[in-house]
Amino acid sequence: MQKNAITAAAGCHQEVVSLDNVSFSYQQQNVITNLSFGVKERDFVGLIGTNGAGKTTLLRMIVGLLKPTAGSVRLFGEEVSAFKQWEKIGYVPQKNAFNPLFPATVREVVLSGLYNRNKIFRKIGKDDQRKCEDALQAMGIEDLRDKRIGQLSGGQQQRAFLARALINNPSLLILDEPTVGIDTETQESFFHMIKHMHQHHNMTFLMVSHDLDMILSYLGERPAAESGKLKFHIKHSHETQDCVENDLAHSLKGLREQMESGKEVVLIGDRN
Amino acid sequence: MEIVTSEFFQRALVGGLLIGVTAPLMGLFLVLRRLSMIGDTLSHVSIAGVALGFLIGVYPIAVGLLFAIAASFAIEKLRKAYKTYAELSIAIIMSGGVALASLLFTMGRNFNMNVNSYLFGSIYTLNNTDLYVIGGVTAAVLIVIRTQVKELFLLTFDEDAAAVSGLPVKFYNVMISVLTALVISASIKIVGALLVSALLTIPAACSLIVARSFRQSVMTVVVVGELAVVSGLLIAGVWNLAPGGTIVLLLIAVLLMLLLIRRGVRVGS
Repeated sequence: MQKNAITAAAGCHQEVVSLDNVSFSYQQQNVITNLSFGVKERDFVGLIGTNGAGKTTLLRMIVGLLKPTAGSVRLFGEEVSAFKQWEKIGYVPQKNAFNPLFPATVREVVLSGLYNRNKIFRKIGKDDQRKCEDALQAMGIEDLRDKRIGQLSGGQQQRAFLARALINNPSLLILDEPTVGIDTETQESFFHMIKHMHQHHNMTFLMVSHDLDMILSYLGERPAAESGKLKFHIKHSHETQDCVENDLAHSLKGLREQMESGKEVVLIGDRN
Repeated sequence: MEIVTSEFFQRALVGGLLIGVTAPLMGLFLVLRRLSMIGDTLSHVSIAGVALGFLIGVYPIAVGLLFAIAASFAIEKLRKAYKTYAELSIAIIMSGGVALASLLFTMGRNFNMNVNSYLFGSIYTLNNTDLYVIGGVTAAVLIVIRTQVKELFLLTFDEDAAAVSGLPVKFYNVMISVLTALVISASIKIVGALLVSALLTIPAACSLIVARSFRQSVMTVVVVGELAVVSGLLIAGVWNLAPGGTIVLLLIAVLLMLLLIRRGVRVGS
């Protein structure tokens, strides 16, 4: 109840994810015990923990794929089980386990980010195609659009899945170890892109990462909260900019062109 | 050649043309979801239903359908119980179905001829009721796929993403099970319970070789399915061969040809 009041009062910085005394046990083993935590609008939350700490479990509860054994999970103030506005949420699961032979092009995969409850009987229109093209361009994979998804390298696949998550221009982006199995250079440019999005767009981030150096240098060494083996590192939005909304696709495209042209890019996260 | 103009052959052709679209289409989704063996299992169980239908004097395909639907739910339940050994559930239900069928068939007398026709198909004996059933099933499958293809794609490619998009995943899973059961029961008289699986899986296997996109894979399964059914019926009719077996062998021939062509392309390039 108290949390609800905070959400209402915060206005622009409302709570996007609210965890209230959440517990999860699997086969009589407690994975998560009495966890209470809130992610505010435009926060960047890095979730760190050892293997088996319950990072992925927590993310899966937040997106409604798992039910907590006790406690409540709310998205934008609403219980997950009753939540309807899924287009507000972009989810990039841990290394996609799709079959490399699966006959789907990159474009078909990215476009599928638009398919949701409200579009069940609707056809894909020009507007959707344009959104898809924007997302492909933002991630710099427009030349790969007709390739089969299984033919892409790990880094390219991750970009494709990020493009799929971004196609709805979500308010909350949830990333589960997005850089696993990707070479260091690609990891850096990926993280750079994520930071850019956080600093210039009206977007909240919840990211599980093994990449301690990159995440800690941006979010700070000291965890803002701990529960069991889970550590939450947070960068609040007021540390970056006010709530400004601008065109994600074009801004990312600009960023990419800058990076590709070899111009020196100031790592915005490092200026603090 | 006069067989081609006979009424029973034309009925067979109509039934074959319809099943040649629906079975491969449903099969594509099953294969991509790694459920290739489901077709085999459901068809074996529905044979038990067919036997029961004969025993109690009810339209056998309808009883077969009920059995197939029950089996698809049983598989889903067992799959959850065994999780990582999910294929176990398929093996258990399949042998259970055959065991039940053999019991039921021996309980009734004089059904031996019919056993054969349901095991290996008897497309020349399609009656009006059969054709209506096949037509209805085809309409249902085509309407669902035409209107829900994008949701089915997402569900097949990434079930978690489908759930996070707010799609009613459970409902879609039940719908796929029921449609599969429908298609299988309707196909049994055409290719036979032992061969239904081929019509579901081999066109999909071909599409995995040829198709570069999901769109193409949908088109490929339909083309391969129709090609095999129509030419299989013609060849079987002219040379007096078993139609079900001919269709399945043709499907395998198409698959082999595609594999060879792909090898040729690889070596050539």
